[in-house]
Amino acid sequence: MIKFLLNGSWVMETELDPNMSVLRYLRTKRGLSGSKEGCASGDCGACTVLIGERSKGNGSQTVKYHAVNSCITLLGAMHGKHIVTVDGLNINEETHPVQQAMIASHGSQCGFCTPGIVMSLVGLRESQTSCSRKDVLESLSGNLCRCTGYRPIIDAAMASFDVADNKNIINTTPAWSAPEQEEVAGLHTVDADYFSPTSEAELTELLTKYPGARLIAGGTDLALEISQNYRSFDCLISLSDIEELTELSEAGNTLYVGAAATYSQVMPWLKTWYPEVVELFERIGSLQIRNRGTVGGNIANASPIADTPPVLLALDASLELASTAGRRVLSLKDFFLSYKQTQLQNGEYIRRIILPKPESNAIVKLYKVSKRYEDDISAVMAAFYLELEGARIKTVRLAFGGMAAVPKYADHAQTKLVGAEFTEASVAAAISALGEDFAPLSDVRASSAYRLKTAQNLLRKAYLEIANNMSLGVFSHA
Amino acid sequence: MRKLTAVPDTSEHSPEGIAGQSVPHDSATKHVTGRAEYIDDIAELPGTLHIAVGGSAHAHAKIKHLNLDAVKSSPGVVCVVTSEDIPGRRIIGPVFHDELLLAYDEIEYVGQPVFAVAAESFEQAQRAVKLALIEYEILTPLLDVKLAREQESYVLPEHVMQRGNASAAMSSARHKVHGELVVRGQEHFYLEGQVCYVTPTEDGVHVLSSSQHPAEVQKMVAETLALPLNKVHAEVRRMGGGFGGKETQAAHLACVASIFVNKLRRPAKYRLSRRDDMVVTGKRHDFVNEYEIAFDDQGKIEGTVMSLLGMCGFSVDLSQGIIDRAMFHADNAYFLNHAKVSGYYCKTHTVSNTAFRGFGGPQGMITIEAAMDDIARYLQIDPLTVRKRNLYTAERDETHYGQKIEQHNIAEIIAELENTSDYWRRREAITAFNASNQYIKKGLALTPVKFGISFTSKHLNQAGALVNVYTDGTININHGGTEMGQGLYTKVAQIVASEFQVDLNAVMVTSTRTDKIPNTSPTAASSGTDLNGKAAQVACGKIKAEMQAFAKRYFNLADQAIEFANNQVIMGENSMSFAEFVQLAYMNRVSLSSTGFYKTPTIHYDRETGKGKPFFYFANGAAAAEVTIDTLTGEYRVTRVDILHDVGRSLSPGIDIGQIEGGFVQGMGWVTSEELLWNSSGEVISNSPANYKIPTAFDIPEIFNVNLYQQDCPVDTVYASKAVGEPPLMLGISVWCALRDACASVADYRISPDLTVPATPEQVLFAVEQAKMFKEKDSGQAL
Ligand SMILES: Cc1cc2nc3c(=O)[nH]c(=O)nc-3n(C[C@H](O)[C@H](O)[C@H](O)COP(=O)(O)OP(=O)(O)OC[C@H]3O[C@@H](n4cnc5c(N)ncnc54)[C@H](O)[C@@H]3O)c2cc1C
Ligand code: FES
Ligand code: FES
Repeated sequence: MIKFLLNGSWVMETELDPNMSVLRYLRTKRGLSGSKEGCASGDCGACTVLIGERSKGNGSQTVKYHAVNSCITLLGAMHGKHIVTVDGLNINEETHPVQQAMIASHGSQCGFCTPGIVMSLVGLRESQTSCSRKDVLESLSGNLCRCTGYRPIIDAAMASFDVADNKNIINTTPAWSAPEQEEVAGLHTVDADYFSPTSEAELTELLTKYPGARLIAGGTDLALEISQNYRSFDCLISLSDIEELTELSEAGNTLYVGAAATYSQVMPWLKTWYPEVVELFERIGSLQIRNRGTVGGNIANASPIADTPPVLLALDASLELASTAGRRVLSLKDFFLSYKQTQLQNGEYIRRIILPKPESNAIVKLYKVSKRYEDDISAVMAAFYLELEGARIKTVRLAFGGMAAVPKYADHAQTKLVGAEFTEASVAAAISALGEDFAPLSDVRASSAYRLKTAQNLLRKAYLEIANNMSLGVFSHA
Repeated sequence: MRKLTAVPDTSEHSPEGIAGQSVPHDSATKHVTGRAEYIDDIAELPGTLHIAVGGSAHAHAKIKHLNLDAVKSSPGVVCVVTSEDIPGRRIIGPVFHDELLLAYDEIEYVGQPVFAVAAESFEQAQRAVKLALIEYEILTPLLDVKLAREQESYVLPEHVMQRGNASAAMSSARHKVHGELVVRGQEHFYLEGQVCYVTPTEDGVHVLSSSQHPAEVQKMVAETLALPLNKVHAEVRRMGGGFGGKETQAAHLACVASIFVNKLRRPAKYRLSRRDDMVVTGKRHDFVNEYEIAFDDQGKIEGTVMSLLGMCGFSVDLSQGIIDRAMFHADNAYFLNHAKVSGYYCKTHTVSNTAFRGFGGPQGMITIEAAMDDIARYLQIDPLTVRKRNLYTAERDETHYGQKIEQHNIAEIIAELENTSDYWRRREAITAFNASNQYIKKGLALTPVKFGISFTSKHLNQAGALVNVYTDGTININHGGTEMGQGLYTKVAQIVASEFQVDLNAVMVTSTRTDKIPNTSPTAASSGTDLNGKAAQVACGKIKAEMQAFAKRYFNLADQAIEFANNQVIMGENSMSFAEFVQLAYMNRVSLSSTGFYKTPTIHYDRETGKGKPFFYFANGAAAAEVTIDTLTGEYRVTRVDILHDVGRSLSPGIDIGQIEGGFVQGMGWVTSEELLWNSSGEVISNSPANYKIPTAFDIPEIFNVNLYQQDCPVDTVYASKAVGEPPLMLGISVWCALRDACASVADYRISPDLTVPATPEQVLFAVEQAKMFKEKDSGQAL
């Protein structure tokens, strides 16, 4: 059984297909057709809803609302949460300030993207008291509109902050506590199960009982199997509600990132040590994706074009893996075996990512190149880590995504740099050595020639930026 | 006696929301509350079937054997049909009948429908279609337009438009440039995918379709089912975007769904998943365009030879009109002088390409814009100067298809924009910036748009409307146009409110239905308001005439006309509210309903001679775009855009601005990040929003100044307005020219490097490399 709030009212569900998305549930089971399906793959935002979540842990409960793509969020993940849809926004038939502003500024044309856009903007307006253009763009990063050209939507977003009216979901929803439950929350049919364990102990038990189960964290990769390939999983075990796996902690010189913590959770915390990494994370997917997606999922999914593996390789990260057989620690560079193949054994999961804190002389340069700035998959992802000792390069790690079947280091290029002086000449030697390191593919995102040329130019760019202590590019960062 | 409804607000006040005023879209409140109903939102009737179609895995093949056993026994499947199950026509097509609804022998593109499945749920239907076993004899696909021309593989024969003697002009020219421009197509990416919901009626079927052309849906469904037209009705309330993609493509879905409805007497919904939509529906045509331009020392064109090779796909669909329109716009705003423009309707083994906002116009226009830049670099003059020198003028006013350009306001539009965008000062600043920055470069371009308004198929330039006035003074309108977000319903309602001088909130447009307005044209070619607005005006005129005759009788008026003003009807000394007058008219048995019909006058085009006057008028505009590029990665940002666009006398400024901005951004997407790609076996590889990138809010320029150029349309249009749907898309070309300008700066503006459309970061980097190579070679020689 799962129990959740839907637009302010409690709902209980048990016998529903564990593969069902929140969007399908809203539209076909609840007759709530305000949220639209534009893609069913997390790319367009027409299905955006807000999910209210109680902060975990310590006494005073705060609730946070996040925009998510309901098309790739599974209903099973909603236990104990509050789903707010556009249909539930008009308390007492009054329009929300965001809706008023959207009408006034001609923010809709065909109107199909509009409910999703409204929800993203409500999410923004209810999480802060004033906003900048940058905030608005971030909140819209996962919403496509094909009609308006966005200008009126951006204006509406800004204007919604001027409407004095403070109608607010957070204020109008009574505080709630976690529903009491004897068994692990979940959905069950004769063919399939969805479990949301809350502790590693429960997880281990379930893994023993259901050895064929598939783990799911944010589902931003896995749920596409369902929504795009119409696959049906027999048993899904969610990692999202397990406290140990969402923890962010530090000890001595080491940082521990819970594998099931979402990007949105990790980012503000990680900023203290690795602001560059956080800037790069801002370019992973969209806000909706970052509100669900996890670093653990990104690594376990083992895509050669995933963004965090090159970054984590550059930072020399390790993984803590766990299974019924116990725990082990593995350096990330040994984790990826071949295309989409990793060291993960059946029933084993990534527990946390282990990062050294940066050395005082560390230089981190991260570059993501894609056709579109927001919400696009990298053509080339370059992550460079350097420690200089005087003019000499003491440590260097150059990691790339999109250049090979697995995320990997540019060994030849690194050899040219390590121990050498950091000069135009040594960098030039490393740049040409990149040609020995990689023979990238041509595909829909980029040609082989472009990938290689860009990888080389990014190394050059890093050199120019470091040597001249400046930033070089057309975007303000990453 | 039947009691009449109480009349609402009868006070005398100036009408709110009439034509010329800025009002929200008529569905705005419904949009933002999620209550606007799209087809997939309508509650399904019990027993509703869900349709999916199984398509070919190859681009060119013959089906040797088709085994559907596993499909039929897949869970939830109710019925499976192939071509043999079609009761009526098996070959369909909007203009030419050349498309099999379900293929049975030869396959001509990847994804071509072969069979269809009806199942109890969407997912069950999707899972079932994957289970077919199809054996093919694989044939070689033809995927390239230049190869198609070599092999003379055409869907229609070559067409030529010419003026004077282009080859003589070429041979006597002092200066020439020539080039080849690869222009890729574009995926519509309407946010609401293709969908229809078909229900059985006592006599036939009722089709709810997300279509720009309900009359064609009606006709094709009737042909498929072998039913007369009066037993099939199509209805459209709104689409979640169309952009041309729902002009012909929606009918296929309706036809397939109708087969099941007809056979099983159960309602059926057919909705394409986004991925299927991106694979099986037509797109904007890819083109490869060759040009050769002769010009004098001033950069003035003396002769033009152009060949436009359009990738039509496997069938004609609307390609005739589209390639023609590319040819009609090969001049954009410029006098081509002695010109020969040839169009090739290339047949390839790809999905049949279709209408997309601009309808070929953009692909023609961007070619002459590329040539303008080439001339400028050749002569070392600023591109804007070259553009200005080549504009049509009263003396140089004849197009390559014989139409005389009568309105010359582009020079004025450019002058104003030059001024408001501060073009020349920024040009200087940018040149200075580029001289002192090695890696980051800036580009600037100001380009005009002149777009011909009318369907080039003459018979389509007609429309009908039905206006009903009710006894409470409210008015309902139906017309043949469809609402896809462009604000057509809002504008027509404003026109009718103006006609009666009543508040807009008393007027409503309801869904477009073939049983209310027959034989309608598609809502396309930017013509929606021009045609349907006029038709509604005509209908209002007839009702007003009835009212006039009645008032004259009833109030014993002499010859003086009654007047509609301030929500009142004024009859000499007397006046009463519109609603009261309507009630009085009703009690005296006056007809309060009328149809209206309109056809565009004066247009004609003769395909035999390639001459005529295909356009009633032109809509004009100009845009100035500035970009910054990173020469190390090819990444770029559009930093500032200024637009001045001619909408005639605006019917609804808020909506017109929306069309201009939205059109511009869509055009910008086409020339920047939207890369429609096919692989060597003919599959679309940009087949999902994960790999086909339309602009996001981040991509639009932070400085984005958009203004209306309001001047009465010189010909008789509704309230002197101009069409606005398509033309602004081509303002996006300025971004491509600005990117090319930035790339040219790498070679000190001595060449215009090749730049494929769209100019993705990859293409920009290649253009930068080309410019670098030129510069190295050049300075090598200089040494
Ligand atoms: C629209 C969109 C945009 C995207 N943009 C980007 C992008 O810019 N950059 C990028 O890198 N990725 C992107 N992604 C991919 C995806 O969001 C990321 O890979 C994300 O980090 C996956 O995390 P998740 O928690 O959602 O994984 P899930 O989908 O839950 O899981 C992915 C896989 O990992 C397994 N798994 C998850 N957690 C664990 C664990 N702790 N231990 C073992 N196995 C586990 C699951 O079984 C599954 O096989 C995008 C996806 C979408 C839909
Ligand atoms: S439907 Fe497009 S993101 Fe969910
Ligand atoms: S209004 Fe049509 S997609 Fe945004």
